[in-house]
Amino acid sequence: MQKTDVLVIGGGLVGLSIAYGLALLGRQVSVLDEGDDAFRAARGNFGLLWVQGKGYGMSPYAQWSREAVALWPRFAASLQADSGIDVHLRQPGGFQLCLSEQEMAEESRRLLWLREAMDGGYPFELLEADQLRARLPGVGPTVVGGCYSPMDGHVNPLKLLRALYAACQARGVRIVNGQRVRAIGQRASGFELDAGEQRWHAGQLVLAAGLGNRELGAQLGMDVPVSPNRGQILVTERLKPFLHYPTTYVRQTDEGTVQLGDSHESAGFDDGTSSDVMADIARRAVQCFPRLAEVRLIRAWGALRVLSADGFPIYEASRDCPGAVVVSCHSGVTLAAIHALRLAPWIGGDYDEPGVAAFGLQRFSRNHEVRHAG
Amino acid sequence: MPAESVFRALGPADQTVQIEFEGASLSVPAGVSLAAALLLSGVTHTRESAVSGRPGAPFCMMGVCFECLVEVDGQANCQACLLPVRAGMRVLRQRGAREFLADGHAEEGADE
Repeated sequence: MQKTDVLVIGGGLVGLSIAYGLALLGRQVSVLDEGDDAFRAARGNFGLLWVQGKGYGMSPYAQWSREAVALWPRFAASLQADSGIDVHLRQPGGFQLCLSEQEMAEESRRLLWLREAMDGGYPFELLEADQLRARLPGVGPTVVGGCYSPMDGHVNPLKLLRALYAACQARGVRIVNGQRVRAIGQRASGFELDAGEQRWHAGQLVLAAGLGNRELGAQLGMDVPVSPNRGQILVTERLKPFLHYPTTYVRQTDEGTVQLGDSHESAGFDDGTSSDVMADIARRAVQCFPRLAEVRLIRAWGALRVLSADGFPIYEASRDCPGAVVVSCHSGVTLAAIHALRLAPWIGGDYDEPGVAAFGLQRFSRNHEVRHAG
Repeated sequence: MPAESVFRALGPADQTVQIEFEGASLSVPAGVSLAAALLLSGVTHTRESAVSGRPGAPFCMMGVCFECLVEVDGQANCQACLLPVRAGMRVLRQRGAREFLADGHAEEGADE
């Protein structure tokens, strides 16, 4: 029997951020991760630290995202100190390019709602087409305008995953790969798990298994409403730096490649690519920056976002299974800093964290009741 | 320190073509890939990494590793292992990332 104080199930950005945060507090932490055949949102990610527009209809999420990006410089510095890896954090603000008047109106409406909900403390600018072109050289003639927010930024998501892995190990976290958790049992002393060929005992359990949280949560009697949403990403040849801000559709990485993305599909658990969606992504990127038409694509992939029923994160400390915590979200990059520096201390029981109150599972059953009442 | 090349032709070439690499004329076997042609000519450094500047040369020979990037007839970032060699090709080392201006104005202006 392997024993650990805290066991985190899931070695992606969410699980490793929490493991790292707990290790910073001196806790004994182990992470169980699946093999390379697992669905890995952490390896398919676009790399945005994105705030603008998030939390529409749910201002605590907007607040949480803002606080997350404010913690990012400290988080990145800590990772660099522990891992030696520069994750290339850049926070120059970000642009949402709008390709139709309708899209511009919709984005404006959301941002104005958020500014109101945040009592005015929500910086952004709505830009006409010519203002946008003056700020971002190369924007195409059919882009109708855009939104800029200084809150946004980006990071190299693969370097982030690597840095988290190395920083966790440097802080004494035991990371065990290739062990799929089959069964979780609750004992008076904590939890016992069957994982691959191993048996584990843990005082505390964190479910951070992405789409696997639905099944793992069910074993503990919790209904965790997460489902896959596929995004496809295209990557170009390496170009000299030309795009100094992240945008939602197009982002130039620190190493020169340009990522094109932001597709959303319900494709079940198929994490492949499809030519029609790749063509749409390429067309939209060329509409944003016409000269990208001359650039070669070298790679494409699909990955599955972990979307909850309302699109917002789930942070649930189970009342029926004391010591079990569920963490699900689709913004594992943006929220990595706050997961390590605030969520982990809350999980560890070191601090009260009012910021998480809005993200419990209870909200889903409440909505359910409302639907039936209506 | 690059090791001595272990890349050798199986036999003498039936036909050769002339190409240019970094301004020097090379006589290479017809019908092979550009990467093979460069390696057979003793070229051990065909690109400089866009990330680190590290020199590189053809490695996987099957389109995967991107170590063989060269500029061919003005086209940057060509994978030499995927291009058949052709008489008269003008080949340069790929030095770092491709030049790119999103708005292209500077380049157009230079032509006027």
